[in-house]
Amino acid sequence: MIVSYEIPLLLLVLVTAGGAILVKDLMSAVLLLGSYSFFLSLVWAWLGAVDVAFVEAVIGAGLATVLFLLTLFGTNPKDTRLRRPPPSLATLIIFPILGFLLLYAASDLPVYLDPNSPASVHISPTYLEQSYQDTHTPNVVTSVLMDYRSLDTMVETLVIFASGIACALLLRRHT
Amino acid sequence: MLRPHDSIIVQTLGRFLIPVVQIFGLYVLFFGQYGPGGGFVGGVILGTGMILSVLIFGHDASRSQLANKVLHVDGVGMLIYAGVGGLCMIGGGEFLNYANLEIPGLETASRRSLGIVLTQIGVAVDVAVTVVSIVFSLSAEEIVEDSANG
Repeated sequence: MIVSYEIPLLLLVLVTAGGAILVKDLMSAVLLLGSYSFFLSLVWAWLGAVDVAFVEAVIGAGLATVLFLLTLFGTNPKDTRLRRPPPSLATLIIFPILGFLLLYAASDLPVYLDPNSPASVHISPTYLEQSYQDTHTPNVVTSVLMDYRSLDTMVETLVIFASGIACALLLRRHT
Repeated sequence: MLRPHDSIIVQTLGRFLIPVVQIFGLYVLFFGQYGPGGGFVGGVILGTGMILSVLIFGHDASRSQLANKVLHVDGVGMLIYAGVGGLCMIGGGEFLNYANLEIPGLETASRRSLGIVLTQIGVAVDVAVTVVSIVFSLSAEEIVEDSANG
């Protein structure tokens, strides 16, 4: 039964991603990218990563689209038509080889839902078992992010803060 | 400078939607311990509500005052997060080890739960302010032009 909507969903992701690259109008590309993020969030939700799906839907489909559109409105309207040079020979040779290498490496990944994969035998069982006793937090993702791996999250917050500061420094120039 | 939107449909919908978005953001922020969500997503949704008011009602409208004021607290979220870590050190433990928060009458697990809530508030404030700040930065070029013209 799962297969019945898994294939169309992945096809939609591929089609919207390809469309965002191929379409000539930048505005259409931005909106296609937003729908791509939305379908990708559906894929995450289907894989069981609800937190990631939530972030993808809010950031990718919502916020990033708004930021791209604001950038488009800030630029000259005639810039929105894109003139793309034809791909060079090196591009045509190198990128298929890279894609083949990625697919070749992907065959070594553990099977989905494999209980013996390295990621699910090392420390994840400890987190899953101890999280509620240790922190009274039913959502293990939150307790790992905010308690067990709190220092990482703090530095991520610092990165976001730095990105805001950098945007203000670069864009809010009073000439 | 973003000007108010002309359409009355957009304005009426915005008047109705913005409080709903903000309350949903608070819900996501504080229920991140019990369901999907958390500080990052909650902060983005809170910031998105402010961005919506700026996009619909313009930079100068009274409804956008919150977005204008919130720009001044850039860095406070980072301060909250690191401050919780500092309080843990004052309590005699490691940095960000919430079990050392000095709150009487709470067992260790509840202290860690409280620490998670506090740091999530810090992340949410930081992310919301950053998001609004980036949107203001992206539309700032026209502000400079307007002030030069008039």
